[in-house]
Amino acid sequence: MTALALTGLHAGYDRDLPIVKGVSFTVQRGEAVCILGPNGAGKSTMIKAIAGLVPCFGGEVRLDGTDITGLASHVLVGKGMGFVPQMENIFTRLTILENLQIAAQLLPKQDRAGRIDAMFDMFPDLGSRPRELAGALSGGQRQMLAAARALLTEPRVLMLDEPSAGLSPKLVGQVFDTLRRISETGVTLVLVEQNVRAALGLTERALVLVDGQLAHDGPADALHDGRLLGELFLGHRTAEAGS
Amino acid sequence: MELLAYAAFFLTIALTYAIMCLGLNVQWGQTGLFNVGIAGFVGLGAYVSAALTTPDAAERIGGFGLPIAAGWLAAMIAGGVLALLVGLLTLRMRSDYLAITTFGIAVALQLVFQNAESLTGGAFGMAFIPRPFAGLQGQSFAFNLVNLALTVAVVAVVYLLLEHLLRSPWGRALRAVREDEVAAQALGKNPVLLRIQAFALGGAIMALAGAVQAHFIGFIAPGNYLPMMTFQVWAMLIVGGSGNNRGAVLGAVLVWAIWALSGALISEVFPADQQARAASLQIVVIGVMLCLILLWRPQGILPEVRSVSRHLGRRNKDT
Amino acid sequence: MNPQAIIDGLISGSTIGLGAIGLTLTYSILRFANFTHGDFLAWGAYLTLTVAGVLGGLAAGLGAPVYPFSFGWGLPLAVLGGVALTVALALGLDRILFGRLRARGADTIIIVMASFGASMALRSLLEFIFTAKPAYFTKALQIANPLGLGMRATPDQLLVIGLTLLLVLVLHLVVTRSATGRAMRAVSENPALAGVYGIDVGKVVRVTWIIGAGMACIAGVMAGLLVQIRPYMGFDLLLPLFAAAILGGIGSIPGAMLGGLIIGLAEAFAVQIVGAEWRAAVSFVILVLVLMLRPQGIFGQRGA
Repeated sequence: MTALALTGLHAGYDRDLPIVKGVSFTVQRGEAVCILGPNGAGKSTMIKAIAGLVPCFGGEVRLDGTDITGLASHVLVGKGMGFVPQMENIFTRLTILENLQIAAQLLPKQDRAGRIDAMFDMFPDLGSRPRELAGALSGGQRQMLAAARALLTEPRVLMLDEPSAGLSPKLVGQVFDTLRRISETGVTLVLVEQNVRAALGLTERALVLVDGQLAHDGPADALHDGRLLGELFLGHRTAEAGS
Repeated sequence: MELLAYAAFFLTIALTYAIMCLGLNVQWGQTGLFNVGIAGFVGLGAYVSAALTTPDAAERIGGFGLPIAAGWLAAMIAGGVLALLVGLLTLRMRSDYLAITTFGIAVALQLVFQNAESLTGGAFGMAFIPRPFAGLQGQSFAFNLVNLALTVAVVAVVYLLLEHLLRSPWGRALRAVREDEVAAQALGKNPVLLRIQAFALGGAIMALAGAVQAHFIGFIAPGNYLPMMTFQVWAMLIVGGSGNNRGAVLGAVLVWAIWALSGALISEVFPADQQARAASLQIVVIGVMLCLILLWRPQGILPEVRSVSRHLGRRNKDT
Repeated sequence: MNPQAIIDGLISGSTIGLGAIGLTLTYSILRFANFTHGDFLAWGAYLTLTVAGVLGGLAAGLGAPVYPFSFGWGLPLAVLGGVALTVALALGLDRILFGRLRARGADTIIIVMASFGASMALRSLLEFIFTAKPAYFTKALQIANPLGLGMRATPDQLLVIGLTLLLVLVLHLVVTRSATGRAMRAVSENPALAGVYGIDVGKVVRVTWIIGAGMACIAGVMAGLLVQIRPYMGFDLLLPLFAAAILGGIGSIPGAMLGGLIIGLAEAFAVQIVGAEWRAAVSFVILVLVLMLRPQGIFGQRGA
């Protein structure tokens, strides 16, 4: 069963200068996929385009077979797409509980309190102080809250943009443990990462994006020794220097 | 002959607006600073110059009978200092605080013009402001023509000075700050300082425009410096093309022509008792025009030459 | 010092505060200083006046004053119509002007400029339609009743203060307690993230205009009832509104109200000390002081 399918997606901030140039791939239900690539390759833009935050200029995105290309981000949440942006992914001036309440608004009234409690059970650090301002949380706890918010609506596909950014190595481990737990519940995971080692430990499959195009799509194992990755990244760099 | 005299008169007034537009272009076109108090700066220039150059008058302080050039210079200093203070106060904060503060400056100065009778003559304003080439006043055509020549010269000097400045390293730094503040900062430019300098320069030029206009007309009153004027100057620059000094001059002449013609039309078409009412339609038209241009052609008639300014188009969405 | 200044200040401060609420909400949620907001007050007053005229034509009894106030049942009914029309005006303006500029990704300052152009046009349109001559909701005269301590107020004035406090309380509860209020606070912090959370930002924007324009209309009617209705009334209130919103802290409803009351009181005392002709300078002085001493305002967050 295909959860997410991209066909020839073009996206970016300016129609004349697309950053994502014709990317196609599919993600199966329950799969965990990681998207790697050098800085500026368009990973972040691509995931934002799927999430409805960056305009799509061509191609198609399907979620469980339904065309969702160019839909607004809030519509996508209702359709089962969860997205955790890289930075500024929680409302710091709202309380922890309020952050979750906003997300819960999409659920039927009788389910809201139960789902919020379920998230507090999953992340006890958050459950112990629901009325504190989210801005008071540490970096790792913020990522937890962001993940809890996205999971609250039980998305079929959860996409995360660099969940390890700005975290200490110890916290990176914690965040990826959480992601593994989430993945084990059957949620489809799409992950953009710079931290190659952490990402490859989590996912079975890796996509490599170079200069807005797909340069590699295969099992994560093949990238473990780093040689292929180096080739893909460096190959890009020399091409850039030559152009 | 009369028509030509009127044409010269019309052009002279239009060109005083062109000077204001050039001042605004330094602030907005080159630097992206939104000044909603243009009328205040122009009025300040007019009053300062008038106070220094008029003959002594019993009912108010001032009236030093200084030469016109001294008045102009003092006007520029006053406008520049006022803009400097406003800049120091607001330019570290988000962009619309400057707009609100300059709006307040114009309101406050308007009150001073109205109420500080011992300085400004109050609601009656100030008369007997020395006019350049006053000896020719009897022959209206010659008088208007030499004054037109003088105003053209002022516009030319301001224009050339600004063009020179904008091509200088200072001007390039200014645009760099406008286009990408972070990058400019990384290159060692101080954005706040550059903005304050540009704002002060623009304020000085606006005040000069006020002084030139006051001396040409020979009479000023608080009613000349209403928010209406700010609005007209904005319309002129946006129509002409912000960022382009030739556009600023063209826009001033064009919008002033539209203004004068529509005013003439109204006085022809409407009965006397309805004219004030009809005149408000003029403002509606200019307001709608301003919005339409912002929507459909934000670069104006003559776009900025180097690069269409980023703040008129898309913002940086990578944040 | 005449204690009556306190009452005068509270009354005009109520109007300013109510008007500033809409301004502070649009400022924090739509992220621009809206220069047309003052004109929403003026349009609200004129639209209400027009609706009242139509109602009066339909049923003459609506105009008869209801003791102890100077106006009849027609006015509260007309306010409902006026609020609806002012909201329609604000939403329409957002659709044809501000919304398009936002969609294009135009810089804040371009939207501010467009609001400046639109405000000139709106104000002059009022002058064209209704002429510059002042208009009144009622011709009835009211006696000010003594309140003690040398202060007096008319029933209308007390109603204005009471109604304002009630509206502020309700709005404050809505914003702090309801789901809509949560969504508004979320959008004001980060609109893009709000979409990711599943909030329909367009809807929040519409709610903001509805509250802002509705409050502006009521504030305009109050100002019209207490003083008079003029095309420039909104423009004259614009600087006090901005000063109140910034003094209270952008985005804060209690802040805007408190800011409005402080400015109203400061104006009332200034009128007694330096004279009525300098009244308009008070807001400017307060604005400059706030920008110098505490730019985030009383209740504002730092870095706003």
